[in-house]
Amino acid sequence: MVTAEQVWSALDEIPDPEIPVISLVDLGVIRSVDVQDGRVRVEFTPTFLGCPALEAMKRALEEKVAELGGVPEVAVISDDSWSTDKITPAGREKLREAGFAPPAPREATAPRLVQLQANVHRCPYCGSTETRLENIFGPTPCRSLRYCDGCRQPFEQFKTI
Amino acid sequence: MNEQTLLELADDELILGWRESEWTGIAPMLEEDVAFSSIAQNEIGHARAAYQLLVGEDGDADALAFDRKLEEYRCAPLVELRLMDWAHTIARRWLYETADEIRIAALKDDPDAGGLAAKIDREEAYHRMHAEMWNTRLKDEPRYRKAVADLWPYALGLLSPELRPTLIARVGLPEVDAIERGSHTGELAELWDEMTMVRRSAPAGSQW
Repeated sequence: MVTAEQVWSALDEIPDPEIPVISLVDLGVIRSVDVQDGRVRVEFTPTFLGCPALEAMKRALEEKVAELGGVPEVAVISDDSWSTDKITPAGREKLREAGFAPPAPREATAPRLVQLQANVHRCPYCGSTETRLENIFGPTPCRSLRYCDGCRQPFEQFKTI
Repeated sequence: MNEQTLLELADDELILGWRESEWTGIAPMLEEDVAFSSIAQNEIGHARAAYQLLVGEDGDADALAFDRKLEEYRCAPLVELRLMDWAHTIARRWLYETADEIRIAALKDDPDAGGLAAKIDREEAYHRMHAEMWNTRLKDEPRYRKAVADLWPYALGLLSPELRPTLIARVGLPEVDAIERGSHTGELAELWDEMTMVRRSAPAGSQW
Protein backbone atom coordinates (compact mmCIF):
# COMPACT_ATOMS: atom_id res chain seq x y z
CA MET A 1 0.00 0.00 0.00
CA VAL A 2 1.33 3.38 -1.01
CA THR A 3 2.32 5.80 1.78
CA ALA A 4 2.20 9.60 1.92
CA GLU A 5 6.03 9.71 2.09
CA GLN A 6 6.28 7.72 -1.15
CA VAL A 7 3.82 10.06 -2.81
CA TRP A 8 5.72 13.17 -1.68
CA SER A 9 9.03 11.83 -2.97
CA ALA A 10 7.44 10.80 -6.29
CA LEU A 11 5.84 14.22 -6.72
CA ASP A 12 9.26 15.78 -6.14
CA GLU A 13 10.26 14.21 -9.48
CA ILE A 14 7.65 16.19 -11.43
CA PRO A 15 9.23 19.25 -13.04
CA ASP A 16 7.37 22.51 -13.40
CA PRO A 17 6.13 22.39 -17.01
CA GLU A 18 7.41 25.90 -17.78
CA ILE A 19 10.50 26.12 -15.58
CA PRO A 20 11.66 22.48 -15.57
CA VAL A 21 14.69 23.12 -13.32
CA ILE A 22 12.37 23.19 -10.34
CA SER A 23 9.97 20.46 -9.14
CA LEU A 24 6.37 21.02 -8.12
CA VAL A 25 7.39 20.20 -4.54
CA ASP A 26 10.21 22.79 -4.61
CA LEU A 27 7.75 25.29 -6.04
CA GLY A 28 5.61 24.73 -2.94
CA VAL A 29 2.38 24.22 -4.86
CA ILE A 30 1.54 20.84 -3.31
CA ARG A 31 -0.50 21.80 -0.28
CA SER A 32 -1.28 18.37 1.09
CA VAL A 33 -1.17 14.66 0.39
CA ASP A 34 -3.73 12.47 2.09
CA VAL A 35 -3.66 8.68 1.67
CA GLN A 36 -6.57 6.49 2.70
CA ASP A 37 -7.04 2.87 1.58
CA GLY A 38 -5.06 3.40 -1.62
CA ARG A 39 -6.97 6.55 -2.49
CA VAL A 40 -4.58 9.51 -2.73
CA ARG A 41 -5.95 13.01 -2.45
CA VAL A 42 -3.50 15.70 -3.54
CA GLU A 43 -4.40 19.35 -3.04
CA PHE A 44 -2.48 21.77 -5.13
CA THR A 45 -2.53 25.52 -5.56
CA PRO A 46 -1.93 27.27 -8.86
CA THR A 47 0.85 29.86 -8.95
CA PHE A 48 -1.18 32.26 -11.08
CA LEU A 49 -4.83 31.50 -11.87
CA GLY A 50 -4.13 32.24 -15.51
CA CYS A 51 -1.31 29.71 -15.62
CA PRO A 52 -1.71 27.71 -18.84
CA ALA A 53 0.20 24.82 -17.27
CA LEU A 54 -2.54 24.17 -14.72
CA GLU A 55 -4.09 21.25 -16.60
CA ALA A 56 -0.69 19.80 -17.45
CA MET A 57 0.32 19.88 -13.78
CA LYS A 58 -2.93 18.27 -12.72
CA ARG A 59 -2.47 15.45 -15.25
CA ALA A 60 1.17 14.93 -14.24
CA LEU A 61 0.13 14.61 -10.59
CA GLU A 62 -2.60 12.10 -11.45
CA GLU A 63 -0.25 10.02 -13.57
CA LYS A 64 2.44 9.97 -10.89
CA VAL A 65 0.00 8.79 -8.23
CA ALA A 66 -1.37 6.14 -10.58
CA GLU A 67 2.18 4.88 -11.28
CA LEU A 68 2.54 4.21 -7.54
CA GLY A 69 -0.66 2.18 -7.64
CA GLY A 70 -2.79 4.78 -5.90
CA VAL A 71 -6.17 6.07 -7.00
CA PRO A 72 -5.61 9.78 -7.62
CA GLU A 73 -7.91 12.58 -6.64
CA VAL A 74 -6.30 15.91 -7.46
CA ALA A 75 -8.04 19.06 -6.22
CA VAL A 76 -7.10 22.53 -7.42
CA ILE A 77 -7.36 24.99 -4.53
CA SER A 78 -7.94 28.51 -5.86
CA ASP A 79 -7.32 30.59 -2.76
CA ASP A 80 -4.53 32.71 -1.34
CA SER A 81 -2.77 29.83 0.46
CA TRP A 82 0.15 29.73 -2.01
CA SER A 83 2.67 32.48 -2.07
CA THR A 84 6.13 32.70 -3.64
CA ASP A 85 7.42 32.49 -0.04
CA LYS A 86 6.55 28.76 -0.25
CA ILE A 87 9.27 28.11 -2.81
CA THR A 88 11.86 26.04 -0.89
CA PRO A 89 15.42 27.37 -0.34
CA ALA A 90 16.66 24.62 -2.68
CA GLY A 91 14.08 25.70 -5.23
CA ARG A 92 15.19 29.33 -5.03
CA GLU A 93 18.79 28.29 -5.63
CA LYS A 94 17.78 26.20 -8.66
CA LEU A 95 15.87 29.16 -10.07
CA ARG A 96 18.88 31.43 -9.65
CA GLU A 97 21.23 28.93 -11.31
CA ALA A 98 18.87 28.74 -14.29
CA GLY A 99 18.88 32.54 -14.70
CA PHE A 100 15.63 33.41 -12.93
CA ALA A 101 15.97 35.88 -10.08
CA PRO A 102 14.01 34.37 -7.17
CA PRO A 103 11.04 36.39 -5.85
CA ALA A 104 11.35 39.02 -3.14
CA PRO A 105 9.52 38.16 0.12
CA ARG A 106 5.79 38.83 0.25
CA GLU A 107 4.63 41.80 2.27
CA ALA A 108 1.35 42.29 4.10
CA THR A 109 -0.10 44.37 1.29
CA ALA A 110 0.03 43.60 -2.42
CA PRO A 111 3.18 44.97 -4.11
CA ARG A 112 3.24 48.40 -5.72
CA LEU A 113 5.06 49.68 -8.77
CA VAL A 114 7.47 51.77 -6.73
CA GLN A 115 8.74 48.64 -4.94
CA LEU A 116 9.27 46.80 -8.20
CA GLN A 117 11.23 49.74 -9.52
CA ALA A 118 13.15 50.72 -6.39
CA ASN A 119 13.79 47.54 -4.38
CA VAL A 120 17.08 45.70 -4.79
CA HIS A 121 16.68 42.95 -7.35
CA ARG A 122 19.93 41.10 -7.85
CA CYS A 123 21.06 39.86 -11.27
CA PRO A 124 21.12 36.04 -11.25
CA TYR A 125 24.14 36.01 -13.61
CA CYS A 126 26.64 38.47 -12.09
CA GLY A 127 25.07 39.33 -8.72
CA SER A 128 24.93 43.06 -9.44
CA THR A 129 22.19 45.07 -7.81
CA GLU A 130 22.32 47.64 -10.63
CA THR A 131 19.24 46.29 -12.36
CA ARG A 132 16.09 47.94 -13.64
CA LEU A 133 12.57 46.96 -14.55
CA GLU A 134 12.03 46.49 -18.27
CA ASN A 135 8.52 45.05 -18.29
CA ILE A 136 6.17 44.03 -15.48
CA PHE A 137 5.10 41.18 -17.74
CA GLY A 138 7.16 38.39 -19.27
CA PRO A 139 6.76 35.14 -21.17
CA THR A 140 4.51 33.65 -18.47
CA PRO A 141 2.25 35.38 -15.91
CA CYS A 142 4.67 34.61 -13.05
CA ARG A 143 7.67 36.48 -14.48
CA SER A 144 8.79 40.09 -15.03
CA LEU A 145 11.65 41.22 -17.27
CA ARG A 146 14.61 43.14 -15.84
CA TYR A 147 17.89 44.38 -17.29
CA CYS A 148 21.26 44.24 -15.56
CA ASP A 149 23.46 47.29 -16.09
CA GLY A 150 26.39 45.35 -14.57
CA CYS A 151 26.67 42.58 -17.14
CA ARG A 152 24.33 44.14 -19.73
CA GLN A 153 22.05 41.18 -19.80
CA PRO A 154 18.27 40.93 -19.59
CA PHE A 155 16.96 38.43 -17.05
CA GLU A 156 13.65 37.19 -15.70
CA GLN A 157 12.42 37.96 -12.21
CA PHE A 158 9.92 35.67 -10.51
CA LYS A 159 7.03 37.91 -9.41
CA THR A 160 6.19 38.07 -5.72
CA ILE A 161 2.76 36.65 -5.03
CA MET B 1 -22.05 33.30 -1.23
CA ASN B 2 -23.02 36.30 -3.30
CA GLU B 3 -23.43 34.36 -6.55
CA GLN B 4 -24.65 37.27 -8.61
CA THR B 5 -21.60 39.40 -7.76
CA LEU B 6 -19.26 36.51 -8.49
CA LEU B 7 -20.93 35.81 -11.83
CA GLU B 8 -20.66 39.49 -12.78
CA LEU B 9 -16.96 39.44 -11.91
CA ALA B 10 -16.37 36.24 -13.89
CA ASP B 11 -18.22 37.54 -16.96
CA ASP B 12 -16.38 40.87 -16.81
CA GLU B 13 -13.01 39.14 -16.62
CA LEU B 14 -13.83 36.68 -19.42
CA ILE B 15 -15.04 39.33 -21.84
CA LEU B 16 -12.34 41.86 -20.96
CA GLY B 17 -9.70 39.13 -21.30
CA TRP B 18 -11.07 38.43 -24.76
CA ARG B 19 -10.92 42.11 -25.67
CA GLU B 20 -7.38 42.62 -24.31
CA SER B 21 -6.16 39.64 -26.30
CA GLU B 22 -7.16 41.50 -29.46
CA TRP B 23 -3.96 43.56 -28.99
CA THR B 24 -1.76 40.47 -29.20
CA GLY B 25 0.58 41.00 -32.12
CA ILE B 26 -0.57 44.53 -32.97
CA ALA B 27 0.09 46.62 -29.84
CA PRO B 28 2.09 49.83 -30.43
CA MET B 29 5.22 48.27 -28.93
CA LEU B 30 6.55 44.81 -28.18
CA GLU B 31 6.42 45.31 -24.39
CA GLU B 32 2.70 46.00 -24.68
CA ASP B 33 2.14 42.94 -26.84
CA VAL B 34 3.60 40.92 -23.98
CA ALA B 35 1.76 42.90 -21.29
CA PHE B 36 -1.68 42.73 -22.91
CA SER B 37 -1.33 39.05 -23.75
CA SER B 38 -0.31 38.26 -20.18
CA ILE B 39 -3.07 40.39 -18.65
CA ALA B 40 -5.65 38.80 -20.97
CA GLN B 41 -4.51 35.31 -20.03
CA ASN B 42 -4.68 36.15 -16.36
CA GLU B 43 -8.13 37.75 -16.54
CA ILE B 44 -9.47 34.65 -18.25
CA GLY B 45 -7.82 32.56 -15.52
CA HIS B 46 -9.70 34.59 -12.92
CA ALA B 47 -12.93 34.01 -14.83
CA ARG B 48 -12.25 30.27 -14.94
CA ALA B 49 -11.62 30.07 -11.18
CA ALA B 50 -14.77 32.08 -10.42
CA TYR B 51 -16.92 29.92 -12.75
CA GLN B 52 -15.47 26.82 -11.09
CA LEU B 53 -16.39 28.14 -7.65
CA LEU B 54 -19.93 28.80 -8.90
CA VAL B 55 -20.43 25.31 -10.37
CA GLY B 56 -18.57 23.44 -7.59
CA GLU B 57 -15.42 21.27 -7.68
CA ASP B 58 -16.87 18.68 -10.07
CA GLY B 59 -18.98 21.07 -12.13
CA ASP B 60 -18.33 22.14 -15.72
CA ALA B 61 -16.92 25.69 -15.71
CA ASP B 62 -16.73 25.74 -19.53
CA ALA B 63 -20.47 25.13 -19.78
CA LEU B 64 -21.17 28.12 -17.57
CA ALA B 65 -18.68 30.24 -19.51
CA PHE B 66 -19.75 29.35 -23.05
CA ASP B 67 -23.16 27.68 -23.17
CA ARG B 68 -25.33 30.60 -22.13
CA LYS B 69 -27.46 32.75 -24.38
CA LEU B 70 -26.19 36.22 -25.10
CA GLU B 71 -28.77 37.89 -22.86
CA GLU B 72 -27.81 35.69 -19.90
CA TYR B 73 -24.32 37.18 -19.63
CA ARG B 74 -23.94 39.64 -16.75
CA CYS B 75 -20.88 41.56 -17.96
CA ALA B 76 -20.86 45.36 -17.83
CA PRO B 77 -20.99 47.31 -21.11
CA LEU B 78 -17.49 48.73 -20.37
CA VAL B 79 -15.78 45.40 -21.08
CA GLU B 80 -17.80 44.71 -24.22
CA LEU B 81 -16.53 47.67 -26.23
CA ARG B 82 -14.17 46.85 -29.05
CA LEU B 83 -11.62 49.62 -28.57
CA MET B 84 -8.96 49.90 -31.21
CA ASP B 85 -7.70 53.31 -30.08
CA TRP B 86 -4.77 53.17 -27.66
CA ALA B 87 -5.93 56.13 -25.52
CA HIS B 88 -9.33 54.51 -24.97
CA THR B 89 -7.74 51.11 -24.39
CA ILE B 90 -5.49 52.49 -21.65
CA ALA B 91 -8.35 54.57 -20.22
CA ARG B 92 -10.43 51.40 -19.92
CA ARG B 93 -7.54 49.46 -18.36
CA TRP B 94 -7.04 52.16 -15.72
CA LEU B 95 -10.74 52.65 -14.95
CA TYR B 96 -11.38 48.92 -14.88
CA GLU B 97 -8.50 48.12 -12.54
CA THR B 98 -9.40 51.00 -10.22
CA ALA B 99 -13.00 49.79 -9.98
CA ASP B 100 -12.03 46.11 -9.83
CA GLU B 101 -9.82 46.69 -6.79
CA ILE B 102 -12.81 48.17 -4.91
CA ARG B 103 -15.09 45.31 -5.89
CA ILE B 104 -12.56 42.62 -4.95
CA ALA B 105 -11.90 44.27 -1.56
CA ALA B 106 -15.65 44.11 -0.88
CA LEU B 107 -15.63 40.35 -1.64
CA LYS B 108 -12.77 39.51 0.73
CA ASP B 109 -15.01 38.89 3.73
CA ASP B 110 -17.32 36.55 1.83
CA PRO B 111 -17.08 33.12 3.55
CA ASP B 112 -17.03 31.23 0.24
CA ALA B 113 -15.46 33.63 -2.25
CA GLY B 114 -13.08 35.45 0.12
CA GLY B 115 -10.13 33.12 -0.52
CA LEU B 116 -10.45 33.47 -4.27
CA ALA B 117 -10.87 37.24 -3.96
CA ALA B 118 -7.62 37.48 -1.95
CA LYS B 119 -5.80 35.41 -4.58
CA ILE B 120 -7.16 37.48 -7.45
CA ASP B 121 -6.20 40.71 -5.66
CA ARG B 122 -2.55 39.60 -5.33
CA GLU B 123 -2.42 38.99 -9.07
CA GLU B 124 -4.34 42.09 -10.07
CA ALA B 125 -1.70 44.15 -8.23
CA TYR B 126 0.49 43.71 -11.32
CA HIS B 127 -2.32 44.79 -13.64
CA ARG B 128 -2.83 47.86 -11.46
CA MET B 129 0.87 48.72 -11.64
CA HIS B 130 0.76 48.56 -15.41
CA ALA B 131 -2.40 50.67 -15.57
CA GLU B 132 -1.04 53.25 -13.13
CA MET B 133 2.22 53.50 -15.05
CA TRP B 134 0.33 54.33 -18.24
CA ASN B 135 -2.13 56.63 -16.50
CA THR B 136 0.76 58.64 -15.03
CA ARG B 137 2.37 58.87 -18.45
CA LEU B 138 -0.77 59.97 -20.31
CA LYS B 139 -2.84 61.84 -17.73
CA ASP B 140 -2.06 65.31 -19.12
CA GLU B 141 -2.67 64.39 -22.74
CA PRO B 142 -5.98 65.85 -24.03
CA ARG B 143 -6.70 62.75 -26.09
CA TYR B 144 -6.35 60.51 -23.06
CA ARG B 145 -8.42 62.79 -20.84
CA LYS B 146 -11.19 62.70 -23.40
CA ALA B 147 -11.01 58.90 -23.50
CA VAL B 148 -11.34 58.70 -19.69
CA ALA B 149 -14.31 61.07 -19.81
CA ASP B 150 -15.94 59.03 -22.61
CA LEU B 151 -15.67 55.82 -20.59
CA TRP B 152 -16.49 57.24 -17.18
CA PRO B 153 -20.27 56.48 -17.27
CA TYR B 154 -19.38 52.92 -18.28
CA ALA B 155 -16.84 52.58 -15.44
CA LEU B 156 -19.46 53.54 -12.84
CA GLY B 157 -21.68 50.77 -14.21
CA LEU B 158 -19.09 48.16 -13.17
CA LEU B 159 -19.85 48.65 -9.49
CA SER B 160 -22.98 48.27 -7.42
CA PRO B 161 -24.32 51.69 -6.30
CA GLU B 162 -22.95 51.48 -2.73
CA LEU B 163 -19.37 51.09 -4.01
CA ARG B 164 -19.53 53.97 -6.49
CA PRO B 165 -18.63 56.81 -4.09
CA THR B 166 -15.23 55.13 -3.51
CA LEU B 167 -14.58 55.01 -7.25
CA ILE B 168 -15.66 58.63 -7.68
CA ALA B 169 -13.22 59.67 -4.94
CA ARG B 170 -10.33 57.71 -6.46
CA VAL B 171 -10.86 58.80 -10.05
CA GLY B 172 -11.74 62.39 -9.16
CA LEU B 173 -14.47 62.91 -11.75
CA PRO B 174 -18.00 64.14 -10.98
CA GLU B 175 -20.84 61.66 -10.58
CA VAL B 176 -22.82 61.06 -13.78
CA ASP B 177 -25.56 58.61 -14.78
CA ALA B 178 -23.96 55.16 -14.98
CA ILE B 179 -24.33 52.91 -18.00
CA GLU B 180 -25.69 49.91 -16.14
CA ARG B 181 -25.35 46.18 -16.51
CA GLY B 182 -28.31 44.31 -17.91
CA SER B 183 -28.53 45.38 -21.51
CA HIS B 184 -25.73 44.61 -23.91
CA THR B 185 -23.99 46.54 -26.65
CA GLY B 186 -24.10 45.32 -30.23
CA GLU B 187 -20.39 44.66 -29.96
CA LEU B 188 -20.97 41.85 -27.47
CA ALA B 189 -23.21 40.02 -29.95
CA GLU B 190 -20.32 39.80 -32.40
CA LEU B 191 -17.89 38.67 -29.71
CA TRP B 192 -20.36 36.07 -28.34
CA ASP B 193 -20.82 34.65 -31.81
CA GLU B 194 -17.07 34.19 -32.22
CA MET B 195 -16.46 33.00 -28.65
CA THR B 196 -19.11 30.30 -28.59
CA MET B 197 -18.95 29.18 -32.22
CA VAL B 198 -16.87 26.05 -31.70
CA ARG B 199 -19.01 24.74 -28.85
CA ARG B 200 -22.25 25.52 -30.66
CA SER B 201 -21.10 23.73 -33.81
CA ALA B 202 -19.88 20.61 -31.99
CA PRO B 203 -22.11 17.54 -32.20
CA ALA B 204 -24.02 16.61 -29.04
CA GLY B 205 -21.97 14.47 -26.68
CA SER B 206 -18.58 15.90 -27.73
CA GLN B 207 -15.83 15.61 -25.13
CA TRP B 208 -13.53 18.55 -24.42
